[in-house]
Amino acid sequence: MRHILILGAGTAGTVIANRLSRRLRSQLRAGRVNITIVDPDPVHLYQPGLLFIPFGESFRERITKDRRPTLDRDVRYVASAITAMDPDSDTVTLADGTRLSYDLCIVATGARLVPEETEGMTGPGWRESVHEFYSLEGAERLGYALDCFVGGRVVVNVVEMPIKCPVAPLEFAFLADAYFTNCGIRDKVEIVYATPLDGAFTKPVAAKSLGHLLEEKGILLETEFNTGRIETRAAGAPADELDGRAGALVSWDERRIPFDLLVTVPVHKGAAFIATAAGLGDAMDFVMVNPRTLQSQRKPNIFALGDAANCPTSKAGSVAHFQAEVLEENVVRMLEGRALDAGFDGHANCFIETGHRKALLIDFNYDTEPLPGMFPYAWGPVPLLKESRLNHLGKLAFRHAYWNRLLPGRDFPGIDAKMKRSGKRMLQTQD
Amino acid sequence: MTTLAAVPRNAEGFLERVEDWDRDIAREIAREAGIPELSDRHWLVVNYMRDTYIATGSAPTIRTLGKESGVQVKELYALFPKGPAKLAAKIGGIPKPKGCI
Repeated sequence: MRHILILGAGTAGTVIANRLSRRLRSQLRAGRVNITIVDPDPVHLYQPGLLFIPFGESFRERITKDRRPTLDRDVRYVASAITAMDPDSDTVTLADGTRLSYDLCIVATGARLVPEETEGMTGPGWRESVHEFYSLEGAERLGYALDCFVGGRVVVNVVEMPIKCPVAPLEFAFLADAYFTNCGIRDKVEIVYATPLDGAFTKPVAAKSLGHLLEEKGILLETEFNTGRIETRAAGAPADELDGRAGALVSWDERRIPFDLLVTVPVHKGAAFIATAAGLGDAMDFVMVNPRTLQSQRKPNIFALGDAANCPTSKAGSVAHFQAEVLEENVVRMLEGRALDAGFDGHANCFIETGHRKALLIDFNYDTEPLPGMFPYAWGPVPLLKESRLNHLGKLAFRHAYWNRLLPGRDFPGIDAKMKRSGKRMLQTQD
Repeated sequence: MTTLAAVPRNAEGFLERVEDWDRDIAREIAREAGIPELSDRHWLVVNYMRDTYIATGSAPTIRTLGKESGVQVKELYALFPKGPAKLAAKIGGIPKPKGCI
């Protein structure tokens, strides 16, 4: 009997569990292989839906489901937290002290928010004037705060990269612009976007195509802003320093941005047990893998995918999906003693909401930046890197596809793990 | 000796190829960016940055630099004014810290 252990049943863990279960069905039923998946939360959260919660355009019941029905019935589900992993003895320890051993382990424990890593973030203003929307509780609390907001300065801020869904903070700023416009108070609201990167759009083609968006929407941009600390008035900072506002975001080089409402994306790290499994993770506790095969650099029988892996591509659901196709093949190859396929090219594919019921789509990989053109076929029907209503509808329809196609591990017609070049216009950035 | 003028760079002055880098090129890029002399503290950061990139495929962030390189964040700003991660990456011959779009 070969034991396959999957840690984490979010998007990445669920997709790989279901794909492997289908691929290895005969071996599973003959008792030659078993698949166990461990996740402490009995509820599966559709993370792309979090963006809409603060604006009252989605709600808890719409983006959560019981975990068990999302997993193939041949997959054994253990509802428990993971406290330790020992790559040397091929074991994982659960919260109640149970030890699970494995022949092959797949780490899919995602990324976790660590707001306490930033001085002052979880102080008295936390979830009062300082908010995040990367957790269900945070998104709901931010929704209440927006309901009560009558005007002032809203600062949207990324503390540091990498983060899940790198475009989400920008989408939030765009949607906030549309939301306040619809509320009739846009003229009383100043929106500032503060990023550690040197622009809102850092890739040259995207910067050229989309550079106008922030300006058109009247969103102020503060670049190379590395958040050092957050001061809130309750923390004892003098009112005059805060400009009479609820708090201020302060950078390491002492730039200050006072705010009435801060929407921040806190520091992200990998699961805590990765930090104590020597040699498994990097400085941020993401599992160090070969970016093409997804095999751990620490031990050959460990793999990682999704947000938990340190691949230099976006932490996004689409990436987890494309990685799962390659990893499914590699797990089978490893079980059969064959060489691994170095087939993951960093492919990512994301809808970006731009407000007023429009969105754009980007498609890129390790080597090719997001380019304009058509998707998924050369004739379309979906335009790339261009705002359209169809993309917005695509984003909304994706929730159904997520539950019914992506999570069960089925393929999407026309969309492969490897990025296609057809339909894309290869632009020179000097154009 | 390789000179900076002989190696391909992108529009923002980052080296196109990590393997083109050497310490003389680093000194030239630093001078261009207004750092006349690279001290031992500068080298500590530049070497850490480069080693991390080569090992993991991505450049460390400011906070990781502050925790792991042996140089505190405040000092990073003194050594590499305005955007230490970006400037240290440029001097270290590795690509600019990435966004997604």
